[in-house]
Amino acid sequence: MTAGSIAGPTLVRRDDAAPAPSVLSLNNVDVVYDRVILVLKGVSLAVRPGAITALLGANGAGKSTTLKAISGVLASERGEVTKGTILFEGQRIDGRRAHEVTRLGLAQVFEGRRVFEHLTCEENLVAGGHLIADAKAVREGIERSYHYFPRLKERRRQLAGYLSGGEQQMLAIGRALMSRPRLMLLDEPSLGLAPMLVEEIFGIVSDLVARERLAALLVEQNAAATLTIAEHGYVMENGRVVLEGPADALRENPDVKEFYLGLNEIGARKSYRDVKHYRRRKRWLS
Amino acid sequence: MDLGFTFLLVANGILIGLMYALIALGFVLVYKATDAINFAQGEFVMAPGIVAAVVAGAANSFWLGAAVAVAAMIGFSFLLERTVLRPLLGRPVIAVIMATIGLAAILRGTLPMLFGTSPLPLALPLGDEPIEVGSLTLQPAQVAGAAVALSALVIFTWFFRSNRGGVAMRAMADDQQAASAMGVNVTRYFAFAWAMAGVVSALGGVMWGAMLGVDVQLALVGLKVFPVVILGGLDSIGGAVLGGLIVGVVENLAAGYIDPLVGGGTKDFAPYVLMVAALLIRPYGMFGTRRIERV
Repeated sequence: MTAGSIAGPTLVRRDDAAPAPSVLSLNNVDVVYDRVILVLKGVSLAVRPGAITALLGANGAGKSTTLKAISGVLASERGEVTKGTILFEGQRIDGRRAHEVTRLGLAQVFEGRRVFEHLTCEENLVAGGHLIADAKAVREGIERSYHYFPRLKERRRQLAGYLSGGEQQMLAIGRALMSRPRLMLLDEPSLGLAPMLVEEIFGIVSDLVARERLAALLVEQNAAATLTIAEHGYVMENGRVVLEGPADALRENPDVKEFYLGLNEIGARKSYRDVKHYRRRKRWLS
Repeated sequence: MDLGFTFLLVANGILIGLMYALIALGFVLVYKATDAINFAQGEFVMAPGIVAAVVAGAANSFWLGAAVAVAAMIGFSFLLERTVLRPLLGRPVIAVIMATIGLAAILRGTLPMLFGTSPLPLALPLGDEPIEVGSLTLQPAQVAGAAVALSALVIFTWFFRSNRGGVAMRAMADDQQAASAMGVNVTRYFAFAWAMAGVVSALGGVMWGAMLGVDVQLALVGLKVFPVVILGGLDSIGGAVLGGLIVGVVENLAAGYIDPLVGGGTKDFAPYVLMVAALLIRPYGMFGTRRIERV
């Protein structure tokens, strides 16, 4: 199945743009949990260098699973990639274990932050720099994380479990930064945070991407905010990519507006119940 | 009340307590890094004790016996991790607990089969001359055991605080998946944790064996691990020391003051009375990690 083919006009046909060298590409990836539950069905996507790529979709669409398949933590949840390939900078990484993938230059920020609660803020960063052999480089990495998140420096001796939600999210990103990744996977960094904090964190993420020559794959439910900082986006439903295109085109797409931005044509908000009803009628997922 | 007698009881209690702490350290290391409760800790102490006694007897060298015991426990721990514990990774913690209970029974059964059931002597190369400190008379085996325990405790405290490998292990205990995403090779650190527990247990086996003599009964000291770690906290080295000291001192005071009144026996259960009380008051021990709940 081709992305966007059912949803109406395809936003961008991948073959009419010059093939940009992607940092990461997934080609027709299937993921199966517990050997029987098919969670991802032929997912293909590409992450371009030096930019944020958004991966949108509702709960259970398979966004987190996609990230876990990339970072290799899937194995610890009894999931596996059964079909397709995942290439990171030209190297196949599907089926590799998480710590090996991290060593190649890929870092993941988990959904729900997952800081090491019983370690201090600074120890969390030290753990994040586990793969860096040189102690001086670890020190520099810590300072770099403090530079982007000055609030972490104030909290350096505090147990991470006692930080506020926003601070924990900053710590999770700062910690992922420690391994000097070239690609960062971010899983719902806005989850449970106040809108102002979301704005702050999104701002820092786009700053990071610009300055650290980083590529980012950003999974979000907060489509509106995400599409303002992303360059390109994919929309997932039921374990498939159903739409893709440049972020501004996605923002203007009527279906995206309807489902993810909660707007209809006149710009009025719609209730979720109506959206669900509409979805059932249109059956755009086939 | 005879103050000198009390002093002696307390001093002995402290020495014994440190030796309890050494064994509890083996337990704490495993729990701290892997979240598994090792019900075979007593057998982890007994097995190297027997190995040390057999080798020391055959080669007539205490040091060789001790070295072989430590090396054997390292090998055994790696093997155990590879064959039993790694396949259980990601399964419920209860699976690992059950596996350690099974392991305990296996070790208790096979070692006497291999080396016989009769108690073996294991003598420290120190002589039996009691050490006089002021008015106190202390057994050399106890003093040496306490010294070994204290050094192991100091080394491991430093390791978890300041060494990056130690920090990675604590991170792994908090969140295995997140730690692996930081590049921590979880299976390798699992094996390390068990091997470290093996080393500590081997030291405990040698020191306890030197004090009590070596046979299957040596595994019973493992039972004292539970009051020690419940009092101190399952994942705290400092807690293990404090818990060990409390258990050692309480046990000795009970033996010295209560036993003569009731005809003996209180020494063996007094620590458990404390343990139950501790569970009611501070379920995470005196130094144990509290569950962090933010509101």
